[in-house]
Amino acid sequence: MKIHIKNGRLIDPATGTDAKRDVYIAAGKIVALGNAPSGFTANRTIDASGLIVCPGLVDLAVRLREPGFEYMATLESEMQAAAAGGVTSLACPPDTDPPLDEPGLVEMLKFRARNLNQAHVYPVGALTVGLKGTHLTEMAELTDAGCVAFSHADAPLTDTQLLLRAMQYAATFDFAVWLRPQDAGLARGGVAHDGQVATRLGLAAIPVCAETIALSTILLLARETGARIHLCRVSSAEGVDMVRQAKARGLKVSCDVAIHHAHLSEMDIGYFDPNCNLTPPLRSQRDRDALRAALGDGTVDALCSDHTPVDEDAKQLPFGEAETGATGVELLLPLTLKWIEEAKLPLAQGLARITSGPARVLGVSAGRLQPGVGADLCIFDPARYWKVEPAALKSQGKNTPFTGVEIKGKVSYTLVDGQIVYESA
Amino acid sequence: MTARPLPDAEQLVAALIEKMRGNVAPDTGLIGIVTGGAWLAERLHTALKLDVPFGTLDVSFYRDDFQHKGLKRKVAPSDIPFEVEGRDLILVDDVLYTGRTIRAAMNELFDYGRPSRIRLASLVDRGGRELPIAAQFVGATIEAGQSVELKRDAQGRLSLALSTD
Amino acid sequence: MFLTSNPQLNKNGELHHLLSIEGLPGEILRQILDTAESFVGVTRREVKKVPLLRGKAIFNLFFEPSTRTRTTFEIAAKRLSADVINLAINVSSQSKGESVLDTVANLAAMQADMFIVRHSQSGAPHLIARHVSEDIHVVNAGDGRHAHPTQGLLDMFTIRHYKQDFRQLKVAIVGDILHSRVARSQIHALTTLGVPEVRVIGPKTLLPTNVDNMGVHVYHDMAKGLKDVDVVMMLRLQNERMHGSFLPSPQEFFKFYGLTAEKLALAKPDAIVLHPGPMNRGVEIDSTVADGSQSVILPQVTFGIAIRMAVMSILAGN
Repeated sequence: MKIHIKNGRLIDPATGTDAKRDVYIAAGKIVALGNAPSGFTANRTIDASGLIVCPGLVDLAVRLREPGFEYMATLESEMQAAAAGGVTSLACPPDTDPPLDEPGLVEMLKFRARNLNQAHVYPVGALTVGLKGTHLTEMAELTDAGCVAFSHADAPLTDTQLLLRAMQYAATFDFAVWLRPQDAGLARGGVAHDGQVATRLGLAAIPVCAETIALSTILLLARETGARIHLCRVSSAEGVDMVRQAKARGLKVSCDVAIHHAHLSEMDIGYFDPNCNLTPPLRSQRDRDALRAALGDGTVDALCSDHTPVDEDAKQLPFGEAETGATGVELLLPLTLKWIEEAKLPLAQGLARITSGPARVLGVSAGRLQPGVGADLCIFDPARYWKVEPAALKSQGKNTPFTGVEIKGKVSYTLVDGQIVYESA
Repeated sequence: MTARPLPDAEQLVAALIEKMRGNVAPDTGLIGIVTGGAWLAERLHTALKLDVPFGTLDVSFYRDDFQHKGLKRKVAPSDIPFEVEGRDLILVDDVLYTGRTIRAAMNELFDYGRPSRIRLASLVDRGGRELPIAAQFVGATIEAGQSVELKRDAQGRLSLALSTD
Repeated sequence: MFLTSNPQLNKNGELHHLLSIEGLPGEILRQILDTAESFVGVTRREVKKVPLLRGKAIFNLFFEPSTRTRTTFEIAAKRLSADVINLAINVSSQSKGESVLDTVANLAAMQADMFIVRHSQSGAPHLIARHVSEDIHVVNAGDGRHAHPTQGLLDMFTIRHYKQDFRQLKVAIVGDILHSRVARSQIHALTTLGVPEVRVIGPKTLLPTNVDNMGVHVYHDMAKGLKDVDVVMMLRLQNERMHGSFLPSPQEFFKFYGLTAEKLALAKPDAIVLHPGPMNRGVEIDSTVADGSQSVILPQVTFGIAIRMAVMSILAGN
């Protein structure tokens, strides 16, 4: 299949390109940008007039809910949702049931995902057996099976000695360790940011120091062990500041923020909206502003959807009992565009947070456009408004705080390895 | 049809007092229905020189139109400063119309006790009854279809005015 | 997200549900207090009953046990001639699968007119109110740490009864503010009704973050906090908070924050003492104070019935 994408505005954050340039695809790879290679005859021509052509999105946290949580979502539904969101590479956290702590589970997931012929799926393996925080997993075996990193997802890891050893072991073989900084004791029982909203609504609170104390532990252990650390879902002003300083000191750390945290704050909980019960909790407006600044200055490498489809039964509960998380893989692009517009950043710089930035964290070649690389592309209409209607989302999870909100920017085509996996109606 | 001018309320009060005099005992209990009936009861009470203080009743909690109209903004506390049980009572209202207010008032009164007798005094009877209720003492009967209400000025003078119901 | 309209009010701005004091205009609070005034008269009569809510079905939906509060709502509903159905929902049957919303949908199908909801989770009555059809009213009878609006209102009724004008008062709320739905409702009611100085007194473990944002002054010392106040509102200390990480022992709490005659002497001579009950004598309050001349704890209970009658009749009429 040979595809010619013409008249589009090509943005490649990896090279800083932002220009009108055609793309030529053959045998699953980009063969040329700008002028057609000699003798190129397209089977299909996509007219991208008025559209932006950029690398397919790379999302560092998409829960596909398999195995174990098929009542919440399935691989089929969530892979379709990813394609509709322009996502061509995604990492899935190990918090499945059972957790991704055995090579067989990882191989099965990769196999099933490959058969769907959609986004590239990069499983993140469990750091400890059953995510119980007591025994290390067979990281080398899991890596052979396809794991790109090891994490503890949102499960508590209370034993600092075990964390030290996990990082030492991972460092030995240069496996990446992804950690969400949260002190389990300080966060115990909490469901909302320890601030004025939790005080008013009478919600059990999680203080910012639950994040910063865990961060300082992780950062000190990272320096001690030399492990390659990625920090997941940093949520506070103090938190990103610590990451900024650690990077300045030359520590090998990267960091991501969830897209919801770049837009929402504790205030959005309103009258106990369970869709705003997220992990980590939505923090103050000052924290949100600091996250946005850190996204702009590069302290934060990636924005992710932290996609968490939850079924109605688990979400329509009193706030503190509701399952945490929001569906988001289909909203990652428009919500990123919203941030870029509000932050008055060049598109190429902003889009780096969902393309080249997360690709670098994952250690994969995706997230850039140049001849010879796999043709993973997202073609979108930056001016098209659409209203978030949960029923219309491809994801089986309808749980989003953005229900009913008008957002701008809609995916027109998604290509993975030169195949059109999504085409908007 | 041109409406006739409304009668003078002060003259009606005087007429009502004359009709009631001789028909009350010193221990007869007057109970005015808030608000017009309460003003009237106060005047009657003074003129008739009764021993027991007069009472007031706000029938909001007994109205049969609660389903449609809800509770009015300001419900005055009912105040009956005497024993109802076994007493001779006269309910006092400004305008007698459908009889539903009187029905509500009697229901409420029975929640205070069992009076020996209840009679009704009304300044104006405008007809239009929907219940088998009649007043024993009436200041004047006016033509049906006119919706009137009692007003009281700063000097305490009573007057009748057309209302929009 | 982006919820702006108050879910308690209907499109005419009238009270449709009572979920929290927060966000209610002073006018509505005064309407409830005034209406309750009339019901106090009713409760002193031979027949303590009015026919206002005859034929209405009121469901007491208690997901958390509380005989006391349930009883006051039941008495209030019966005095309004409503039919009252008491449901103590076993929390264990909850965990076996039937959700709050399933329970409520089932009861709504039984032609309920009003739900009185008590739940251990903050926000549960809001959730229910969001999902019932619009002819059903929801009254929050206490949710988690969030709100207990009828308790807050009956406290306001009591204060108005003894002190008349809210705009001249200094009021202190003492004890476990952090876990108290009563305290939150009291604070919103007092500030809405124009009390110029509301103080909260307690140890740092029992005061929520940024509580001063709710318009109160924070004290840790009873001697300073009680000085010259007109009203002392004591809170109940839950058993499970007495030993452990919030407080070392009930004795030590009593030493610093228990209301004794000596401490009460620091307040104005005519200060009144309130407590939402049930009291822990010797933990948050000394018996001589609880039973003393400045205590208005028993009148609170009587007024509580009138307040609940007022709330139910106003809601049912809107």
